[in-house]
Amino acid sequence: MTGAEIAAAARTQNSVIPRRSSGDATRSAGFVLLMYSAVGIAFVGLGAIIWDFASDGVPVLSWDFITSFPSRVIPANSGIESAIVGTIYLMIICAVLVIPLGVMTAVYLEEYAEADNWFNRLIEVNIQNLAGVPSVVYGILGLAFIVRGPLSMGPVLLAGGITLALLVLPVVIIVAREAIRAVPPSIREGSLALGATQWQTIWKQVLPGSIAGIATGVILALSRAIGETAPLLVVGAGVSLRFNPEGLDSAFTALPIQIFAWTQDPNQEFVARAAGAICVLMIILLLMNSVAIWLRNRYEQKW
Amino acid sequence: MAEPRLAASSGAQGVRVDLTRTPTARSRFETGIKIALMAAAALSVLTTLLIVGSLLFETIEFFGEVPVSDFLFGTEWTPQFSAAQQSFGVIPLVWGTIYLSLIALAVAIPLGLLSAVYLSEYAPNRVRKVVKPVLEILAGVPTIVFGYFALTFFSPDVLNGLLGIGVGVFNGLSAGLIMGLLVLPTIASVAEDAMSAVPASLREGAFGLGASKLQVSLRIVFPAALSGIVAALVLGASRAVGETVLVLVAGGQTPNLSLNPTESFQTMAAYIAAQARGDIPAGSIEYLTIFAVGFTLFVLTLLLNIVSIRLVRKYRQVYE
Repeated sequence: MTGAEIAAAARTQNSVIPRRSSGDATRSAGFVLLMYSAVGIAFVGLGAIIWDFASDGVPVLSWDFITSFPSRVIPANSGIESAIVGTIYLMIICAVLVIPLGVMTAVYLEEYAEADNWFNRLIEVNIQNLAGVPSVVYGILGLAFIVRGPLSMGPVLLAGGITLALLVLPVVIIVAREAIRAVPPSIREGSLALGATQWQTIWKQVLPGSIAGIATGVILALSRAIGETAPLLVVGAGVSLRFNPEGLDSAFTALPIQIFAWTQDPNQEFVARAAGAICVLMIILLLMNSVAIWLRNRYEQKW
Repeated sequence: MAEPRLAASSGAQGVRVDLTRTPTARSRFETGIKIALMAAAALSVLTTLLIVGSLLFETIEFFGEVPVSDFLFGTEWTPQFSAAQQSFGVIPLVWGTIYLSLIALAVAIPLGLLSAVYLSEYAPNRVRKVVKPVLEILAGVPTIVFGYFALTFFSPDVLNGLLGIGVGVFNGLSAGLIMGLLVLPTIASVAEDAMSAVPASLREGAFGLGASKLQVSLRIVFPAALSGIVAALVLGASRAVGETVLVLVAGGQTPNLSLNPTESFQTMAAYIAAQARGDIPAGSIEYLTIFAVGFTLFVLTLLLNIVSIRLVRKYRQVYE
């Protein structure tokens, strides 16, 4: 028997050796085509989204658009200053709250917590669950606990900032943990062997070694925060405000809220303003993501 | 370093020596740090408690006025009507949520899984370096932008113009399909992680037996990564169920039990956002509906998340 005959004999109904037929080649080619179209649809979708808001929005963009307050009456005079300022303030509040809390939690879970302790397991499962809670539910938390209820702040800037911070905290924790885990144990052991305490090891070795990853994660979390609309709607952000927030206890608006309001307007000129505001929001997000990528490439430690 | 305190005491059991160190400034500092870090970690548990608490109290109050069975099984959702005609059956909102999510998943599951197989098994490194960032960008686009796209372009120009389907300004079809595009990167990325975690030896074994690339991808890698893939689908479903602004902008605000996707629908999340905007007085029944619906949504997504976390842990245990 020749090799081919043996192989042919081995290809019985139950054989693991696949039968090659002309159908196989067609099927393979068809599957490759399907995969190409799936990825292609994602590309076309993203392209169409960008083309849609850019073609509507770019004609609206001007320095006046960025430095005017929104008008409820005249679309041409209507700008996004209060929305941009509100978004920047929200981002700052969010960063101030989320960076220490997120990094501290990540350090605790990676460096101190024993995995089989019930408390630590609880925290871990809890963070995973929090990451999957819909953003609108965080809005309800903000509404019931911060805006009204126990804290009763009213629909103010600080309330919006805290709500967004709670929303992105799990993201920061998860990313910071990964960055800390990437620091090899040998670094810690070397430091401890030289007589450093655990905290000295963390502060002088682990954190500097993971700072690029942590910073990247924080920026990505903040870019998620400033794109959120639903929680701010529920918390009661203002619409078309003609003033910038004057402090933490001031009424506020934000870019996604202004976009939402204009998108709902029956007047098409206002809808075009929404596209203009989307352009500005996307440029801000693009800048933040570029900084994150730059940070990762420039400062990432290779062990 | 402090000297170990040697406190010897003799008793019935013999000599006992206490070797614990006296706390020094340094060891106290270390303990203090640990407690501070632990407190920060505990805050995440507090967040959960606050979410559950803020939902639960008002929900209980809501059920003081509306019977649970009316809420769970009623088919009319009309809290905006005057008191006599108000009806609080949550079924239309739940149906809207499930129906739009199903439309979204019908798009996102095949496209997401095909993209994942492509990225994990087929794509050359060069191509992967382009495709992955594009999917990440798609995942990073704010949902309000998807909403704008669905409302101003996809409904009028694609569904009505190009395909001539004849949808309303606000319709479930457009919101659902674009939500599929929104969920696609989530499914693709989690499923790809699961497939990449399948050890190369399994693939090599199959190739050694003469299997083709298609057979290795679909009969070896796909089943081996199944729990991770199911986790990706569940996670995608959870995102779709919780999506708010896209539906609010493009899907309309009509609680609807219809099967016709060209009509306007409202989901639980979209109802919450729409209702909370209208500055309603705290304690009124309209205010309480936010919490009852929010609680229902929270329980639904929590169940989905728990399933997906379990499944992810399962495939990690197998291959890592």
